[in-house]
Amino acid sequence: MATFLRYTNTSVTGFQLKNPQNPFYLHSHSQTRTLSTQKRLVTPMAALSITPTTNISHTFRKLKDQGKVAFIPYITAGDPDLSTTAQALKMLDSYGSDVIELGVPFSDPIQDGPVIQASATRSLARGTNFNAIMSMLKEVVPQLSCPIVLFSYLNPILKHGVEKFMHNIMDVGVHGLVVPDAPFEVTESLRQEAVKNKIELALLTTPTTPTDRMKDIVEASEGFVYLVSSVGVTGVRESVNEQVPTLLREIREATSKPVAVGFGLSKPEHLKKVAEWGADGVIVGSAIVKVLGEAKCPKEGLRELETFIKSLKSALL
Amino acid sequence: MAAAASGSASTTCKTHCLIAPPLAKPYSSSTQLPFKFYKFTSRATAAPTSISCTLTRDSAAIRMDEKNDNGAFPVLPRPDSFGRFGKYGGKYVPETLMHALTELEAAFHALADDEGFQNELNGILKDYVGRETPLYFAERLTEHYKRPNGEGPHVYLKREDLNHTGAHKINNAVAQALLAKKLGKKRIIAETGAGQHGVATATVCARFGLQCIIYMGAQDMERQSLNVFRMRLLGAEVRPVHSGTATLKDATSEAIRDWVTNVETTHYILGSVAGPHPYPMMVRDFHKVIGRETRKQALEKWGGKPDVLVACVGGGSNAMGLFHEFVDDKDVRLIGVEAAGFGLDSGKHAATLTKGEVGVLHGAMSYLLQDDDGQIIEPHSISAGLDYPGVGPEHSFLKDMGRAEYYSITDEEALEAFKRLSRLEGIIPALETSHALAYLEKLCPTLPDGAKVVLNCSGRGDKDVQTAIKHLKL
Repeated sequence: MATFLRYTNTSVTGFQLKNPQNPFYLHSHSQTRTLSTQKRLVTPMAALSITPTTNISHTFRKLKDQGKVAFIPYITAGDPDLSTTAQALKMLDSYGSDVIELGVPFSDPIQDGPVIQASATRSLARGTNFNAIMSMLKEVVPQLSCPIVLFSYLNPILKHGVEKFMHNIMDVGVHGLVVPDAPFEVTESLRQEAVKNKIELALLTTPTTPTDRMKDIVEASEGFVYLVSSVGVTGVRESVNEQVPTLLREIREATSKPVAVGFGLSKPEHLKKVAEWGADGVIVGSAIVKVLGEAKCPKEGLRELETFIKSLKSALL
Repeated sequence: MAAAASGSASTTCKTHCLIAPPLAKPYSSSTQLPFKFYKFTSRATAAPTSISCTLTRDSAAIRMDEKNDNGAFPVLPRPDSFGRFGKYGGKYVPETLMHALTELEAAFHALADDEGFQNELNGILKDYVGRETPLYFAERLTEHYKRPNGEGPHVYLKREDLNHTGAHKINNAVAQALLAKKLGKKRIIAETGAGQHGVATATVCARFGLQCIIYMGAQDMERQSLNVFRMRLLGAEVRPVHSGTATLKDATSEAIRDWVTNVETTHYILGSVAGPHPYPMMVRDFHKVIGRETRKQALEKWGGKPDVLVACVGGGSNAMGLFHEFVDDKDVRLIGVEAAGFGLDSGKHAATLTKGEVGVLHGAMSYLLQDDDGQIIEPHSISAGLDYPGVGPEHSFLKDMGRAEYYSITDEEALEAFKRLSRLEGIIPALETSHALAYLEKLCPTLPDGAKVVLNCSGRGDKDVQTAIKHLKL
């Protein structure tokens, strides 16, 4: 059992408007400090050797030392249902994922294409909610050897309260967070709470991001830099954007942080290409979500997922 | 907690800057715009200006509870350099869109002072759209609200329904189409609820020879089929959106996705004062002609200002268009009317400002209808144009500041008002507008004799006859 003290410092000055329901934004508090004690349980399981998960940065560093490229699958929590998600997470882990992205379903996912949109709709229709996802993770994360990065739109985070959200996800063992509709300018407040809870907030940069802005983004990004490979929403694409090598080079000139490329990657050939171009990680989302979510039944979905993951992973060996 | 607004201006500024640093140089040298950029100055109080916006830096932070010498409300930047109205607004969009928004804003400001652009726009508003629209004294409606002792307010209707295409929407569509042309974009996309904004966009695309794609919720397409036909006749492609609840919010999400994907070739003509900065500011500024004309017409007609302004609020564009001119005139009451659908307690309504909570939707921080998990709730209103679970951030700001009041009206009450105006004035109003008209029943009995009420008659109701037939027994 690991016990450690948490030191929280809440002091943000500013306007207090009539309905200050949004702790993310301008609030007036007097300075308060609270000490809280948390225990982190790592449940040992017989016949399995579990290495406690390290955070995202460490994971990338280890892989770099080994000359390996990180394989990062994405799945939507609760599609087709949370128990399948739990099994999928374990399977993805055991078949060589280095980091796993888990999407929190949202009603209006403006960064997502039809495949992930549909998966979010299916998940929400089944009644998936934040607390249920947290319960599931609390059980599953101790059984995983690779870290989890949560992918969530901003509104659900604000609704829960940024402090509470960060604390809750830290509590169940999540190590990283990506918020696609929080522009760099507002991530400062998110980052403050994230850092307090040892959550690494990874930021996105895209082909339309001007170089100066990209530099600010990579400077602030934690865990890794998420390079969006193409101009658009998530979704399988035939080929990888030829701009990626240039974008990778520009980012490398600005930072030594690991860069993972995502959006559109769906075939072993894609992964091979992106790895050859020098990415530190490859993220596969819609292609995996499609396999899992559109199968005839969860069992078959998991079976097909296994085959698919193996083929993708082989491209990186 | 510290008392409201008692923080020093510098602390306020510091926090504000920490969270929303002033925009870095908004335009890169690679921007190929054929006109000069003009330096930006802060907005003078009350003087009617051509399209301009308050892009003052946060260091000029002013306390909310202080009024200036004219007795007008404090001139807080509306919006500030990050597109915030107080804490509302901003640009909460995928990173892919950030640069496009910056470019759009730069272009908008540059055109604000461009005489050529202003003249061209005014010419089109006059000869093509049909402005100025009349400020009409509704004699029989006024009579209807006369009390037994003969006293009562005077009700005027600002006839935005008389614009080309039958609603106020075209003011914004025309200006944005011109802006898109200046930006060199040939492909236009838009979202639409009732179809009025879609029709306005299809209209201006036909007028300017631009490719036009309209996203409309599949459910909305059914209840506004006349408008769907009109859009197609005008040459636009109407794409049904089946995802989510298949209504306006989903059409907006889909339009944003299209823009994320095609941002380099496409301009997104957002139809209301919602969405990411600079849209709330831009769309308001393109509609503020409504309020500006009203001030002039009020002076001509009765030598004074309106006492009360009333408008329906979905996203909030017609309301901001009427209100904006008068926000700094503290003696003018601003009243927005939202849709209460089946009733505020039924869970089936679109009364965002009354029942919503603050959150982020479609790029802006504002009040919105959401559940405990932060999922956006499907709203309901008999009128497609008010059926939006969010609201423009400036309205959220005006509500919190107490500058504007917001109420709501049920489907039934709106239908009654729909009939009433038809019978009393021979004007068939849009169901959206009917919500504002219905509120007069509650408002007028409380107003002193001779109070001047100006209601924004934002659209005509031809598009709503199918819906009305279903609900009204005539």
